Amino acid sequence: MGDRPPPWQHVLSRDLLAPLDPRTRLLGALALILAVLSLDGPAAGLLAVAAAFGLALAAGWRPAGLARRLAHVEGIMAALFLVLPFTTPGTTVLHLGPLAATSDGLLLALGLMLRVTASALIVLALLATVEPIRLGQALARLRTPVRLVQLLLLVLRYGALLRAELRRMREAARARGFRGGLSIHALRSFGWLAGMTLVRALERAERVEEGMRLRLWQGALPVAAPGRLGRADAAFGTGVLALALLAVIGIR
Amino acid sequence: MSAVLALDGVVLARGGSRVLDGADLRLERGERLALVGANGAGKTTLLRALVGLEKPTAGRVGAFGRPCADEPDFRTVRRRVGLLFQDPDDQLFCPTVQEDVAFGPLNLGETPKAAFATARATLDRLGLDHLAERITHRLSGGEKRLVALAGLLAMAPEVLLLDEPTNALDDANRARMLDLLAGLDATMLIVSHDRPALERLATRAVVLQGGRLEPAIIHRHPCPTPALHIHGLDDDHRHELETAARRA
Repeated sequence: MGDRPPPWQHVLSRDLLAPLDPRTRLLGALALILAVLSLDGPAAGLLAVAAAFGLALAAGWRPAGLARRLAHVEGIMAALFLVLPFTTPGTTVLHLGPLAATSDGLLLALGLMLRVTASALIVLALLATVEPIRLGQALARLRTPVRLVQLLLLVLRYGALLRAELRRMREAARARGFRGGLSIHALRSFGWLAGMTLVRALERAERVEEGMRLRLWQGALPVAAPGRLGRADAAFGTGVLALALLAVIGIR
Repeated sequence: MSAVLALDGVVLARGGSRVLDGADLRLERGERLALVGANGAGKTTLLRALVGLEKPTAGRVGAFGRPCADEPDFRTVRRRVGLLFQDPDDQLFCPTVQEDVAFGPLNLGETPKAAFATARATLDRLGLDHLAERITHRLSGGEKRLVALAGLLAMAPEVLLLDEPTNALDDANRARMLDLLAGLDATMLIVSHDRPALERLATRAVVLQGGRLEPAIIHRHPCPTPALHIHGLDDDHRHELETAARRA
């Protein structure tokens, strides 16, 4: 309870994947994405998108929520369609002034878009639905280098705090009639806001370090004992492996 | 008699002004000393000097009958003295509560298994076991303060330095914190503006003024004026408002 990140609450309904351990999610997402990236052609890509969409629905995503998240990804993908058809050699299908679009380029862009979309859906289904800190702990238990995990965990822990501090300062400014904009006054105020956030972050870091020193810190951070992997993890892992094998065999 | 913690003529400057200017302090075993003083008087600085986070420009800091000058001296002191920060967010940096409470015991050389057992036992003892799996930055302010205290108590300190332990707590959490502290054996130095809390906990008081510590007393006057309350309206109190309205 209370561990699901609040911003997603309105997007999520029933999460059938809830029993999965974060470790299973991380490894599962990695395997599925590798499988998706090894696919070839738009047909296989379309199949992968459909399957990943189903997985995201099972994870409790509402289609509207998914669409909103995917819009960011597809925005970047649009650039592919602007560039690839005109730069890939092949059969010309369309003339735009001096530019010629090729069918090979269009297919390449489409295949890429589908694979990226499927990968994004997999990440949304398996990773975006868990508290990020749980993923950090899972990384530690999967023997990811300790320093990297510590860095990630501290960023997650104090990033939230700094964001809250910045938000409070902005609200305080707005409460005193600050409107933003591009006037000298507004720009200077933004500068102060940014500067103050940095100063506070620095001071916070110093106090945290002192707190750690007072509790005799010598470089080791505790990681709680891992939970048991359950039947759901076994079932999901087997399914993922089968799918990944199918994808790899499929391209031969 | 040798004091648990002592300051002898300590001078400490911050930002050009002398926050401590010849401060003398003796904290005896078993006592709970209240340290009061105006905002900015240097109370927090004094606590920090006792555990070696601030270096005095003159005077001596002593702990458990020994002078303390450098980091290695203070490292041994910190095994036996716990400092509760004003802002628990500065203290709780581990992902979950049980990991944060296990942090100190691990640093004391316990095996991970033993450290987590100590953490569990400490949380149980404080009635906070239901928080063990929670993520530290999603706790409420009151829960954070109590968990930060648990993190110190897991190291079984002989002395607790408490910097505004009841500050910004609601009534329920404040009562909880006070009950908890009142039930501990540790020697304490308590910085607070919460006078009723000090009245309940402290056995002696000092006031920090002009960089020096002077003896102070905590007492109550027999109340010549009615005490001030603020609470919701019930039938017994509504008539007072009506009387006031009629008079206006």
